[in-house]
Amino acid sequence: MIDILWAVQDKLGCIDGEAMSLIAEKTGTYRVEVEGVVSFYAFFSSVRKGKIVIRLCDDIVDRHAGVFAVAKSFENTLGIKLGETTPDHWFSLEYTPCIGMCDQAPAALVNDVVVTNLTPAKVKGIVRTLKKTRDPRALVTKTGDGNNGHRLIAAMVKNNIRHTGPVLFDKSPAEAGLKQALTLSPGGVLELVVDSRLRGRGGAGFPTGKKWRYAAAAQAALRYVICNADEGEPGTFKDRVLLTERAQLLIEGMTIAAYAVGAAEGILYLRAEYRYLKAYLEHILARRRSRGLLGDNIMGKAGFHFDIRIQMGAGAYICGEESSLISSCEGKRGEPKNRPPFPVQSGYLGLPTVVNNVETFCCVPPLIARGPKWFTSIGTPHSSGTKLLSVSGDCTRPGVYELPFGVSVQDVLDKAGAKDPAAVLIGGASGDMIGRPEFQRRICFEDLPTAGAITTFSSHRNVLEIANYYMDFFIDESCGYCTPCRVGNVFMKQGLEKIMQGLGEAGDLDYLRELGKTIIATSRCGLGHTSPNPILSSMKSFPLVYSALLNAHPNEFQAGFNIQSALDEARVIAKRRSLIYDVSYGDEE
Amino acid sequence: MNKTMRITVDGRKIRASPGQTIMDACDDAGVYVPRLCDVEGLVPQGSCRVCTVKADGHTVAACTEPAEPGMKVENDTLEIKNYRRDLVRMLFHEGNHLCPICEASGRCELQAMAYRLRISQATKYPYLQPVRPVDASHPDIALDNNRCILCGRCIRASRDVDGKHVFEYVGRGIHKRIGVNAENLAATNASIDDYAMSLEVCPVGCIIRKREGFFAPIGARQFDREPIGMDVETRQEHHVPKRRPDPAFGNDGTK
Repeated sequence: MIDILWAVQDKLGCIDGEAMSLIAEKTGTYRVEVEGVVSFYAFFSSVRKGKIVIRLCDDIVDRHAGVFAVAKSFENTLGIKLGETTPDHWFSLEYTPCIGMCDQAPAALVNDVVVTNLTPAKVKGIVRTLKKTRDPRALVTKTGDGNNGHRLIAAMVKNNIRHTGPVLFDKSPAEAGLKQALTLSPGGVLELVVDSRLRGRGGAGFPTGKKWRYAAAAQAALRYVICNADEGEPGTFKDRVLLTERAQLLIEGMTIAAYAVGAAEGILYLRAEYRYLKAYLEHILARRRSRGLLGDNIMGKAGFHFDIRIQMGAGAYICGEESSLISSCEGKRGEPKNRPPFPVQSGYLGLPTVVNNVETFCCVPPLIARGPKWFTSIGTPHSSGTKLLSVSGDCTRPGVYELPFGVSVQDVLDKAGAKDPAAVLIGGASGDMIGRPEFQRRICFEDLPTAGAITTFSSHRNVLEIANYYMDFFIDESCGYCTPCRVGNVFMKQGLEKIMQGLGEAGDLDYLRELGKTIIATSRCGLGHTSPNPILSSMKSFPLVYSALLNAHPNEFQAGFNIQSALDEARVIAKRRSLIYDVSYGDEE
Repeated sequence: MNKTMRITVDGRKIRASPGQTIMDACDDAGVYVPRLCDVEGLVPQGSCRVCTVKADGHTVAACTEPAEPGMKVENDTLEIKNYRRDLVRMLFHEGNHLCPICEASGRCELQAMAYRLRISQATKYPYLQPVRPVDASHPDIALDNNRCILCGRCIRASRDVDGKHVFEYVGRGIHKRIGVNAENLAATNASIDDYAMSLEVCPVGCIIRKREGFFAPIGARQFDREPIGMDVETRQEHHVPKRRPDPAFGNDGTK
């Protein structure tokens, strides 16, 4: 379904009512079901968009890097406002959440083409080129390093690999892991993965070996291995680099997983923002097929058949949650499923399914080739191996760093050249914001777990503005399935804004804490379990910043109520000012 | 496999059969777990979260969480009640729920739940005051989306009982709403005789049956006569097991 919708969206610039009816008719579904899917994903639209859609990344890092000025410049040059389309239906201009380019912000997607390091001065030239060529690819005059220069990627994106570690950038010969795995029984491979204590790199840190064992034990004729390449956590871009430079390793890891759990089919779920990598990844898959590394009897192993297809996402953060991702692969709204049953028991199409992050799969081949002893010798007792970190924000060397688990936040900041770091967000929007006294804490599952995003903010940034941005992000990305996450997050934001406007009272902090507690306790999936974190953790780490903004009201007036702004709407309707509350009433007449 | 098990709810031991949810086991035992999106006869979906309970220390939705042997469930504790109050308040503040002028007043489950949970004061939450279009195109039915709490009961009733699929969720996040299978309701095959349009299905005043308004006078309305949940709490006497549709439907409506 998602593939059909992409084709229609690309061709018509929209999926309107007529198209929905036709799709429903041809696929034997209902129009309203199609509408439900279309309206769920940010990259689909029921109203016609321009042939060239410019999506500016409005992540907090891009904001600090000046995306608003860039947006203004685009608005002036194109003569349209954000969210609008030019009358000739050539250009649409809009904001989009993090596109995974925080290390080269501000960045934008022009259709599938990534444009990085934007400045207001560059905008005129960009629009001129687009108007002349009508082809976003013309914007790429110089390609980035490594495979970004590959003819099938040809992107100006830079890898920014700042520190390579022993696992993901292991120098073992290609396919050494797969070769070794195929000499063992599937159970033997499972044992190695369990012994290595490898844990999922997507954030939750579930033991990979355990997950694979469950899937292998589930009774079924067919099993699935799915790679989660829907890296949507704001500030994370490490999977982008792995997909660009370590695609062979990733597919090798997926193939080993398939062998271990007995899966015959695999899916690589690629986020819409990384569509520029699709042709290259297809090419890698095709090459592996022709070399006998995918398909029937892989590497001559009789009876081991496995192949992979790429499933495009369409712009929904929630699809990084494994059961939502499965819903999306099934062509549905990307909403989480009820658990139990867990995906390893009943996942894609009701079949046992292993879903792992890109980085997790990339850890597998070196781990098999070199053995669990080697793997557990790196990192900490409960977090073996290395972690690929995406560092961005106020630092001189933003990019990816492969470092052993257990590294301190301070070490990372030093390596990245953080400028006057005052607040650091560990793990993106859903992570914790910490202040200077906690910089000695370590990045590992025992202390500060992270899916990889380290976003650093200098002392002149406003902590509340940052928390407010992330709250906005969660409001936009909540699927809306359950009450606390759909509604509660909106209230969290309004509560925070009240404090930001200087209307807060001491009780408002308790209000936010209690509301946050309810959202965390009653939400259905990980999004709502973590969405109050940016506010709650910043309240904890920066209590003085919050309390400085609060008002004391000895006369018990509610500061939250502002009579002047409450009257504004009535003034407009009545076309006159208030007799009582506007002191100078009548003076000007 | 068919052996019944025992679970504890607020210290009281009750029976549960394998595969049964906490909610269904409680219902059969006459223990009421407040709920809005779940209703007898439809597949539970766990979206309103009002049925949140603590099971062995974890907060879960009672309507979707399977009972496990020896499970310890907290249902009627202060902590859980506070969560439920917050959730019901959120629903009130998300839509436009003006009880005094609403036709559903007195038989509205949202209103009745607020009374049961003792919510009678103005709350601390902001009102979102949505302005969503009203669909009055159908000759017999009107839809006032401003009163919708997104419980999805109409979706499941139309799909699983009527076999029609008149409704489905569209949009996401705070903009999520119930869509209809055409430009408007009149252009669908919806009928006033559908189960989805019956008074049992919509818990609030969103689905309006035209020309039937205010049929019961104040004092004789459904929840005037008996508070919400009492039907469950008195169920033990007759002990009729709870009705649920064929599990073959799956919990996400796959056909």
